[in-house]
Amino acid sequence: FHRLFILLVHAHFISKMAAVQDGQVDLEVEKKEIKTETSNDGSGNNNANSSSPGSTSLGATSKSPTGPAEDQQTLLAVLQFLKRNKLNESVDILRREAGLSVEIDDSPGSASGGAGSGGASNSTVDGGDTNSLLSRVSIAIPAAPAVTAAPVPPKGLDQPDVNVVLSAYSQQGDPDLYPLYYNGLKKFIESVLDCHRAELSQVFYPLFVHMYLELVYNNHEVEAKQFFEKFSGDQECYYAEDLRILSGMTKKEHMKGNETMLDFRTSKFVLRISRDSYQLLKRHLQERQNNQIWNIIQEHLYIDIFDGMPRSKSQIDAMSGSLAGEAKRDANKTKVFYGLLKEPEIEVPLDDEDEEAENEEGKPKKKKPKKDSMGSKSKKQDPNAPQQTRIPLPELKDSDKLDKIMNMKEAAKKIRLGSDNLPSICFYTFLNAYQGLTAVDITDDSSLIAGGFADSTVRVWSVTPKKLRRVKSAADLSNIDKESDDVLERIMDEKTASESKILYGHSGPVYGISFSPDRNYLLSSSEDGTVRLWSLQTFTCLVGYKGHNYPVWDTQFSPYGYYFVSGGHDRVARLWATDHYQPLRMFAGHLADVTCTRFHPNSNYVATGSADRTIRLWDVLNGNCVRILTGHKGPIHSLAFSPNGKFMASGATDGRVLLWDIGHGLMIGELKGHTDTIYALRFSRDGEILASGSMDNTVKLWDTLKAFDDVELDDFTAATGHIHLPENSQELLLGSYTTKSTPVIHLHFTRRNLLLAAGAYNP
Amino acid sequence: MQCVVTHDSNICPTTAMAEERRPKQCTVVLPTESMKAMAESIGVGQLQEESCAALSEEVSYRIKEIAQDALKFMHHGKRRKLMTSDIDHALKIKNVEPLYGFQSQEFIPFRFASGGGRELHFYEEKEVDLSDIINTPLPRVPLDVSLKAHWLSIEGVQPAIPENPPPAPKEQQKAESTEPLKAVKPGQEEEGSIQKGQGATSAEAKGKKEGLIRMKPRSTHELSVEQQLYYKEITEACVGSCEAKRAEALQSIATDPGLYQMLPRFSTFISEGVRVNVVQNNLALLIYLMRMVKALMDNPTLYLEKYLHELIPAVVTCIVSKQLCLRPDVDNHWALRDFAARLMAQSCKTFSTTTNNIQSRITKTFTKSWLDEKTQWTTRYGCIAGLSELGPDVIKTLIIPRLTIEGARIKAVIEGPVVSNIDKIGADHVQSLLLKHCASVIAKTRPLPDNMEQYRVDYGYLGPMLCSHVVKARAQAALQAQQVNRTTLTITQPRSTLTVSQSGIGGSVGSRTPSIIKVPSSLTLMSTRPGTPTQPSPPATKYIVMATSAGASSTQQVITLSSSSASSVTSTVASAASTLQPLVKLESGGGGSLGGSRPLQKYIVVSLPSSASSSLESKSGMLPPSSSSLEAGMKMERSDSPGASTQSPH
Repeated sequence: FHRLFILLVHAHFISKMAAVQDGQVDLEVEKKEIKTETSNDGSGNNNANSSSPGSTSLGATSKSPTGPAEDQQTLLAVLQFLKRNKLNESVDILRREAGLSVEIDDSPGSASGGAGSGGASNSTVDGGDTNSLLSRVSIAIPAAPAVTAAPVPPKGLDQPDVNVVLSAYSQQGDPDLYPLYYNGLKKFIESVLDCHRAELSQVFYPLFVHMYLELVYNNHEVEAKQFFEKFSGDQECYYAEDLRILSGMTKKEHMKGNETMLDFRTSKFVLRISRDSYQLLKRHLQERQNNQIWNIIQEHLYIDIFDGMPRSKSQIDAMSGSLAGEAKRDANKTKVFYGLLKEPEIEVPLDDEDEEAENEEGKPKKKKPKKDSMGSKSKKQDPNAPQQTRIPLPELKDSDKLDKIMNMKEAAKKIRLGSDNLPSICFYTFLNAYQGLTAVDITDDSSLIAGGFADSTVRVWSVTPKKLRRVKSAADLSNIDKESDDVLERIMDEKTASESKILYGHSGPVYGISFSPDRNYLLSSSEDGTVRLWSLQTFTCLVGYKGHNYPVWDTQFSPYGYYFVSGGHDRVARLWATDHYQPLRMFAGHLADVTCTRFHPNSNYVATGSADRTIRLWDVLNGNCVRILTGHKGPIHSLAFSPNGKFMASGATDGRVLLWDIGHGLMIGELKGHTDTIYALRFSRDGEILASGSMDNTVKLWDTLKAFDDVELDDFTAATGHIHLPENSQELLLGSYTTKSTPVIHLHFTRRNLLLAAGAYNP
Repeated sequence: MQCVVTHDSNICPTTAMAEERRPKQCTVVLPTESMKAMAESIGVGQLQEESCAALSEEVSYRIKEIAQDALKFMHHGKRRKLMTSDIDHALKIKNVEPLYGFQSQEFIPFRFASGGGRELHFYEEKEVDLSDIINTPLPRVPLDVSLKAHWLSIEGVQPAIPENPPPAPKEQQKAESTEPLKAVKPGQEEEGSIQKGQGATSAEAKGKKEGLIRMKPRSTHELSVEQQLYYKEITEACVGSCEAKRAEALQSIATDPGLYQMLPRFSTFISEGVRVNVVQNNLALLIYLMRMVKALMDNPTLYLEKYLHELIPAVVTCIVSKQLCLRPDVDNHWALRDFAARLMAQSCKTFSTTTNNIQSRITKTFTKSWLDEKTQWTTRYGCIAGLSELGPDVIKTLIIPRLTIEGARIKAVIEGPVVSNIDKIGADHVQSLLLKHCASVIAKTRPLPDNMEQYRVDYGYLGPMLCSHVVKARAQAALQAQQVNRTTLTITQPRSTLTVSQSGIGGSVGSRTPSIIKVPSSLTLMSTRPGTPTQPSPPATKYIVMATSAGASSTQQVITLSSSSASSVTSTVASAASTLQPLVKLESGGGGSLGGSRPLQKYIVVSLPSSASSSLESKSGMLPPSSSSLEAGMKMERSDSPGASTQSPH
């Protein structure tokens, strides 16, 4: 992970050498942004997000809403960095552009506008901790003393860093006493009152891991093994995966390369414990003079103490399971504008209800800032919605308007679903796929279906009688009468009409696939580390977005098009715009692979699920992590937002679907029933029904209306996040439909609420 | 260190497997001997023990790491099987060169063997006969990916179509029939599929909520209009004159997963049909009905236990009825008896439990009527056929001790004064049947040498003939053993097939007990008359004789009898267990006896279903009135039915 950054830094140095003349300052800025994000997310102090939507200045070029002071600090940091590197020219340019004399800049707008000379690829410096940022920068400097110097191999930088991290383990006690310490604590916790026991038991796992790592680090291999064997059985079953990785590490040398454990070290394991329980533990440890354990708790654990009743075992179990413990309470305090954007006015006679009902999950229609003010006053702005212009969205084209009208007409014929009116399911089976189908997507109007395959191909099928045609070649196009009415029809080459097309270009399995809302483009992400943009007019590849150097597990278009998000093995999710070859935002903070990425229906947020068993919600505007949701016990493989933007559902390898309230950042439901990984989740167009598709060959339908109704959120639970989950999976399950031998890997509700499912027959 | 990893990582899959099998074990380390061997293989001798230990630990750790990464790729590939490509990708993200050229069509290229206290994994390197490869036809061209849509659910109810799994899984049907009170329905309702899904689900939810004791819901056997139409079509096709349609209908019965609802109707249809047609001596229809029974049994989604009380009497009737056809001297009703006997044995094997005792009841019934002095030759034949299909144990304990008595009886008919032609033919058939079945069992049990005289002493009149049969059977068995050895060596791992139909699931047919191998000479069952084949295209008719070997694989003997010359060619084909199903062949023999130029149809049952032991459900339908005798040959089955030579569904 660190090596990646260093590589990035390294790459930037090189490109800067080339581009220094052009004053491409944004490169540096971007680099720093990456750094800050990691340092911030690790410790969770996202203090930067003070920007209220009203005060944001959204110029055409800039999206950074950070306050003036922070901007200035950032700039100063950049300047200092440039000076040290004797990049005087760049310094001058930056100063000039930012209008920044030595001390003060004139206005935030111009400052950020200036800094963002790179246009939309501008950075999102959240400016959290400028000092740490500076120190980071200066760490990098000795590695590259002069810009002209030969690049230092990244390894060289990597090692000291790791050693710093690990050296915290060097404090050591007598290895033989470790089991005694642990046992002593175990006995104590078993003897305390029931109400405290559950809470204090949380300490076992992180303590166990750190004690084991300490033993390993100090070369007590035999003791470490004994320790592991003796106590690994006590740990909660959902940690089994991590324990397996841990069990493999028996030598100090192993620790250096192992990213999982590095994360365990660098990020403090978060526990939530009530004050009473914590006092109990503290008193016990101090009485016994048990410094070894006390030191670990102090150094490696973050105990989030709350006042009030201790939580019950089930409450704790519901929330735990992530790689780094629960989310801190203050990590989920930021306000999230989960409301939907206003629909644009389109001259189609439609009453409000249809309009309302029409917002769809996943891919709502294109909208644009309203042009005619007619009737706009009748519609109230959702108080929870972000400002219409919070992030710039693409203009609505004529074709989009047509599509939207179509959509409204379709929506009028929509079936109202409910527990007594279940949707019909049409299943698209991929035959002869030889276990090679890795991703599926269906367009919003359900006319096209695309599959990504392990043999690196992407295939697009038309599921309507309309065949797929290519645009004619340039030579032929020049012969066409451009004034004719059916010019759009004439540009298509009839000879190429076929039911499916194959797109070649990737060099590894295609793991993620997404249609653009206007059906003109297709995105695919692959093991080869690239995301590719394909044109569905010419059926050729337009762009290969490089940035993830490792497999890219998922990608998705924004519901408004133009933006897209990708996430992969490098643990970073990236936000891109189709016309920029570099990412606009990097969402770093996950401790393991980013396995799935989803846009919020209002396009202002991105949700990512990860193999570290957490879900994070990121603000597209400033790149901040605004929610960390824990509770899954396995890597998360599917996410879905409810059409109203208020709720989210997530599915993981543990076979459970969890429901989340985004506004409060709370888990509000748990749907048990699947027995294998859930690869597909989708809300119906009105959000009454959640469909889940799994590796266990079933599609299940859940009554989400009831699930959301059953949750009573009083102020206390909202504040503490200690929610009692009702055990009602069986009541919420409306239907379960088994396929013959076809894992379900994609689900889609048509505009009329017919459920489409897809998967490859796997005999 | 990295180079060591690349060097060894072809053992990765093995380790991964081992790791998944024993997730709890925390310290699985490669043996140091492997390190030594590995070092020697690259020219480093005398590696120190400590170095070996250190190396093996390091290598084990790296391999585990790679395997864990590979699992990630498996999950994202939406698979349950780890493939070699996953390992490649895992190596790639570790910046290690993947193992080029290490591809395998099978998921795990290793074979596991243990013996002599050693366990080892090895590459399977088969010895391949080049001529085999050259002579085998080219495999099917792999099909391209295609998309197929079907309804998984319509307004909350899953339609019973072949694309969907059967509405009531077989286990559940079984559970319902054996333990009716415990039957619990998971998910949706199966019976009474006409009900609205919502009503049922909400009722179900309510039932669960209130914690009521759920009564077993009364089954409603209403059929939808479509189902009624289907039933009509199928039954008409099954007993109609068009052979092609019949084949289709039988295929549908054998594979369609949605027949659960219609099962009671089918079973009544069959039992009534047999009752009527036995009286009328309509051999053809009886055969069609038996083929229906066969098809129902073959359907992997049906569990017939509930309907045996109707089916078994019908089948037994077809085995032991005094008269099954209008002209017992000409028509080959023997084949029907054989076929029905096989069906009986199969159902005994599948459904016999300690509660219903089918097998012992059937055995008793057969024995009783066989022992009866007055029993006619036809019934006698049926009883013996029924018993002998039940397996070698039954033959050994029940048939062989009676060989002497039976031989005397046969001798009386054949060598004595001519009583009637029919009796003579009957005796003839019984004789060959006894020889056929007993020879293989005797060959297995009786020690050498095969002395003609001794046989005569032991088995009476049949002794000498038996002796020669046994000698043949022994020779055949020896040949078989060789083939078995060869075939069991090839471990056939079924490749993923693409058909959606479930026809290949051989759940109903288990392992087969060894029975005799039919040699051309025993093909007397078939047409003895010289016949001119009606179909011009195949120059020779192929008979597939199922021979068996223990376990999964068996050999099929394809005996090609060219109708012009008497020469027969035999060749063996290895086949998987799933093909072990009886094969009914309709062979048109020439015969201008009745219909002038119209050839007569013959039914030749050539392959054997699994044999086991038996008993009888109800005696009522077992011995039908056999009064109707030699009436005019109106009902003679002609070859107006176009499919002159058709196979039963498969």
